[in-house]
This record gives sequence, structure tokens and C-alpha cells, in this order.
Amino acid sequence: MATHDAAMAGPGPGEESLGVTNGKLGMWTFLVMDAMTFAGFLAAYARLRWAPGSNWPLPIEEFGPVGIQLTALNTFILICSSVSMVHVLAEQLRGNMVAARKWMAVTVIGGLIFLGIQGFEWTHLILDLWPFVYTDATYGFNQNFAATFFSLTGFHGLHVSVGVIYNFILYLGIRNGKIGPEDTSITEIAGLYWHFVDLIWILVFTFVYLI
Amino acid sequence: MEIRAKGYLSPLSEKGKHSLLTYLKEWACTTDAKRIGVMYLILSLFMAVVGGVLSILIRLELMQSGPSIITDDSFYNALPGMHATAMIFFFIIPCFTGVGNFIMPIQIGAPDMAFPKLNLAAFWILPPAALLTFGGFFFNSLPEFGWTAYPPLSTSVYSPIWGADLWVMGIILVGVSSTMAAVNFLATAFNMRCKGMKMFQVPLFTWSIIVTSFLILAATPVLTSALIMLTLERTFPGVFSFFSPAGGGDPILYQHLFWFYSHPAVYIMILPGFGMINEIIPTFSRKHIFGYALMVWSMVAIAVLGFVVWAHHMFATGIAVQIRVGFMFLTMLIAVPTGIKVFSWLATVWGGSIKFDTPMLYALGFLALFPIGGLSGIVLAAVPVDIQLHDTYYVVAHIHYVLVAGSVMTIFAGLYYWFPKMTGRMYNEFWGRVHFWITLVFINVTFFIQHYLGMKGMPRRYYDYDPQFEALNMLSSFGSFVLFAAQFIFLANVVYSSFKGKEAKANSWDDGLHLEWLISSPPDHHNFHEPPVWEPIVRQHVGPDQPGGLWHRYGE
Ligand SMILES: [Cu+2]
Repeated sequence: MATHDAAMAGPGPGEESLGVTNGKLGMWTFLVMDAMTFAGFLAAYARLRWAPGSNWPLPIEEFGPVGIQLTALNTFILICSSVSMVHVLAEQLRGNMVAARKWMAVTVIGGLIFLGIQGFEWTHLILDLWPFVYTDATYGFNQNFAATFFSLTGFHGLHVSVGVIYNFILYLGIRNGKIGPEDTSITEIAGLYWHFVDLIWILVFTFVYLI
Repeated sequence: MEIRAKGYLSPLSEKGKHSLLTYLKEWACTTDAKRIGVMYLILSLFMAVVGGVLSILIRLELMQSGPSIITDDSFYNALPGMHATAMIFFFIIPCFTGVGNFIMPIQIGAPDMAFPKLNLAAFWILPPAALLTFGGFFFNSLPEFGWTAYPPLSTSVYSPIWGADLWVMGIILVGVSSTMAAVNFLATAFNMRCKGMKMFQVPLFTWSIIVTSFLILAATPVLTSALIMLTLERTFPGVFSFFSPAGGGDPILYQHLFWFYSHPAVYIMILPGFGMINEIIPTFSRKHIFGYALMVWSMVAIAVLGFVVWAHHMFATGIAVQIRVGFMFLTMLIAVPTGIKVFSWLATVWGGSIKFDTPMLYALGFLALFPIGGLSGIVLAAVPVDIQLHDTYYVVAHIHYVLVAGSVMTIFAGLYYWFPKMTGRMYNEFWGRVHFWITLVFINVTFFIQHYLGMKGMPRRYYDYDPQFEALNMLSSFGSFVLFAAQFIFLANVVYSSFKGKEAKANSWDDGLHLEWLISSPPDHHNFHEPPVWEPIVRQHVGPDQPGGLWHRYGE
């Protein structure tokens, strides 16, 4: 009896389940929720931009070709960091925790570079392009161009920051040996989050910069 | 003093047996879904009293035309919004979360929720959220924009007060808490079922929690996004103007985002109630539910349709007439799955061997009154009628028939039904019935007359009204006072019976079918001593004299 009690204390999947860990199911449902939050911001963007007489500037003219290219490079870096996340899991499955740790470091650094470039871009835009943000200057276009830019890239940047911290905690776990070759589900769940952040960025990049 | 509680209520440590403080600490830090559920219930019932007091203030003021007890009209303006906030976000939704926490894991044969610590965190977000939301009370800075917070009224230009910012923060936190609970419910219900508990064996209350969690998951974040945008706009009005036409924004955009959440929110507030009725009516009719699969699919249909009807709240905003007609049609369509449920309940009662205990009385009272709210919903869905009735007391009557005669009646039904399971003691049946009859009669005294007031053109949310409405408002106020007072019968019954009530059996109603009735009342810390096995049941609906018509499952 007592052994049964102890065995049932830790919540794990029951006899009837979807065949995945609870954590993975939790992350998937969390991502549905998160996707709907972004959907709210993107719907607001679409409605404000494509209203008649919205006075919306063309992104290519506002950011300039160099600006768009820089962000394209940034997109590439984030995708690379998603790829290195895949390598973490691959090495872990092979039992090679040293390589897994190194790939995790690459993933974290990729996220940090992304945030750095985005910080640079924000500074440049506020100081050089949109002085109305901090002075009484006027802006020739609908100021929601800047407002939606801040809300979308800012909310996404918050997700990248959380992901960087999340991945760094996993890096420490691998280094301390708390995460071993058998703990693949921990990496998989973090990977789900990180790929999701990547996917959302491709949507944001398309909407805010490209079209 | 010695704490002699049983089951999950018993102290976890030797020290907790003798020190009340240690015992309460054990509760505050518990990861047991049952204890968390009870904490949700205590918080939500407390907030229900707060919301009730606010509504009594409103009714006191409206007893007579002209200013009467409230001299400050801006305080009055804040009351309806605060009343709605307390009742919706801090009473009804957390109350269902509480019952879900307690009952749902047991019904599927799980020892606990999938993420016990997340569960505790989700609960402890609520008290600070409540303090933020109602923070304006403490320094006379209450938002006056109602619970809908439409801009431009809610922007920093027209509501330049701290209380409004705090309110928005509080509501964002409530949303975070309820999405955390939804993630937890879904992982638990899908992944932690015991042997034999296939998806189409799952009790209907658990199904209702699943469907509601999907609604929360998909709808609440959209409200959160709108409230984040509103906060940005309030804090940095020079940069963000999503909703102010002056800065190139669109106030209608806010309404779209808001109602994309708040229409499904109505189903978040009623589907778990439907789930409770689905448990109670079969138990007290001693028959299987009529049309189990149909009950599941109609719930799913209500949830799906619930996402494509939101603009029926915006018929008076000047959106295109084709869109309005489309939303009118879709809104009326919801009556079909709801009708399926109502008729299936009637068919379940039909030919049953009925016992009229308080939970069953509440279930039948719900069945009698809820359709009134459903029917006035169809009236309001018609575009031309709605333009006439928009923002009148007819809408107030409609929403109170849905939420009081609907959600609150089901909450009482569910609380009386599972009270023996939660406390291990029976409530006092006589006072339960007294509470039921007073509630049933005075819901109608309070709210029915408001249909008429609305038709005659009395606007909602106003401090004052035309003297011709005085007699009927007096009647409505009188009804609300009795209704409010009657709820203390319930609270007293709950408190007294929790300590002094007669001890309850495991299967407290003799005819409970699902797993919660197989384990002791109150359940032990981990619900089951052995992993339970669910014998699949054939839920067939045949005449009471035929096999399977009336159930004889355990023992008989
Ligand atoms: Cu609605």
C-alpha cells in the first residue's frame, strides 16, 4: 500500500494518455495561448494598417534597404540558433553531453546576438527616425507605424529574452550533470518554445518589414 | 487546540496537528489540487459577497429616482463596472476553476493535477490581482468606464487616474492565472486518465472543463493583448495611439479584440455549469444521461460557434450591415446546440426515479430559468431589435438571467452536490431548500421586471432615471435585497455544516456513478490508494423498466 502511495505521488502520465509527457502537452497548450496573444497584436496591426486613409508609410521607405537587410541578417541568426537547438537534442540522443553543451552555448549566443542587433535597431530608429517619441516633433505618417513596430518586436523580443534565460538554465543543467543523456524531454520542451519564438519572428518580420 | 480533520483536510505534519498557524501554512503552500480547489472556492465566495455588496449599493441608489443614498455621481459610475469585475473575474470563473481542481482529477482517476506547483502559482496570482483591480477603492480613484473599458473613455485623456491603470493590470493578471489553470487542466485531462478512461468514457463535467479550457486558451490572450495595448497607450500617449482616432487609431478595434474574448467568456462562465448539471440530473434521476456523445459534441459546437459571434455586441457601432446580419445569423445558430442540451436534460429526467434534494432542485430551477436568458439572447441578436434595446435594462435583465439564473444556480447545484465530498459532512437539507426557494423566486422578482424597464427605454449604467420607472425599480431593488440576504443562509449552512454536519458516506447520494463517489468523503491526500480502473459503461437510454434504464451499479 505504502509503495503504491509513493508511486502515485509524482504526477506522470496515466494509463490512458496521449503518449507524450505532461510537460510536452503543457508546452503545446501554452504555445496555443501565446500564439493567440500574438494574433491579437497582429490583428491590431492589420486593422490599423489596412484601414482606408490610414496614412501608413511603406516599410522599405521608412527602414531603408540597409535596415531591412540588417533585420534579414538578424532573422538568419535566429534561424541558425534554432538549428543549433536541434543539434543539442541530436547530440544528447547520441549521449554526447559535451557536444550538446557546446551547441546549447551556440544557441544562447545566437539569441543574444539577435537581441543585441534589435537593441541597436531600436536605438537607431528612436534617435534618428522617430524623434517624436521623446520630443514634441511631429511625424509625417500614422504614428501607429512606430507603435505597432514597438509592440510587436518588443513583445517578441521579450520572448527571445525569456528563451535565452531558459536555454541558459538548461546549459547550466547540462554542465552540472543535472541533465543527462536520458533527459531528452527537457530539451525537447525547451526546443518547442525556441522554435515557436523563431516561427513567430518570421511572421513579424514578414508583416512589419517586408510587405 | 487539536485539529482533528480527516482525509485531505488532515494536517500533514505532527506540528500541524497542534498549531493552527502551521496548519494554515500547510494549506497556503499545498500542491494538492483538492486544497487549492477549496482555496479557490473560499476566495471566490468572498469576492461574491464583495460583488453582492456593490450591487446592493446600485439597487439602493436606484430605488428612487433622483440622487438618494450616493451623493457622488462619479462613485456611482464606478459601481456597475466594479460589480461586474468582481462577479465575472473573481467569483464565477475562479469558482468553476475551484470545483474543477477538486473534482476533475478524481473523476479521471488521477492522483493530482499535471503541474501541481503551477496550480498553486495560478491560485496565488489571484489575491494580489484582486487587490490591484479594486485598489482604486483605497484612494478614491475608481475607473468609471465599466467592465468593458472602451477607449477613448478609458484612455489617459478621459480617465487620468491611477485606479484605472491598476484595474487594467489586475485584469491582465487574472487572465494569466486562468490561462495557467487551463494549461494545467488540459494536460491533466488528456494525459492522466486511469486505465479504461477513454476520452468517450470521461464524465461530462470533465468534458466541460476540457472545452472551457480550450476557450480560455484561445480567447483570454486576445483580451490580454488588447489590455497591454491599452496600458501602453495610457502610459505613453505620445507614442502609442492604437485606439485614439486623434493619433490615427481605431476605437472599434478595441471592441473587436475585447468581444473576441468576452463573448467566449460567457461560455467560460456557463459550460462548467452545464457540466455540473450533467452530473446532477443523472444522479438524482437514477438514469444515464440522455445522449452522452451529443452532449459532448453540442458543447464543442457551442465553443466553436462562440468564436464567430462577437460582433453582436457591436451592432450599434456602425459596422457594415452585411456583417451585422452574418453575426446575427451565427448568434441565433447557437440556440441549436444549447437546445440539444436542454432537451437532453429533460429526456434524462423523463421516466427517472427522481429524488428532490437541494442539488437537484437547483438543477431543475436552472433548467426552468436559464432558457429565459437564452430566449432573450435571441431577441437581442436580431439587429433591428438590438439597436432599439442596446444599452438598456433589457440587456441587464438578459445577462442576469444567463449569469445568475444560469451560472450562479449551477454553482449552487454543484456546491451542494459535492459539499459532502469536499467536507466529509452533509449540509442541512432543510435550510438548503429554504435557500433554493427564496433564490428561485427572488431572482425573478429582481430581474424579470428589468426586461420591461429596458423595453420602455430605461438606460443601463445611469445614476438617475425618469420618475415613471420608479415603482418597478422599487420592486426590483426589494427583490435584490431579499436575494442578497438569502445567500447568507447558504454561507451559514456551509460554515456550520462543515464542522457540525452529519458525517457523509463515500457515495453520499447513494447513486453517484463516477469515481469521486468511490473514494472516501473527504478523499485522502492522494485520492486513490490503488491506481483505479474504470470499467467502461454503456450509457444507453431505454425505458426505466428495461436493463440499463435505471442504473444498478454498485452493490444493488
Ligand atoms: Cu456575446
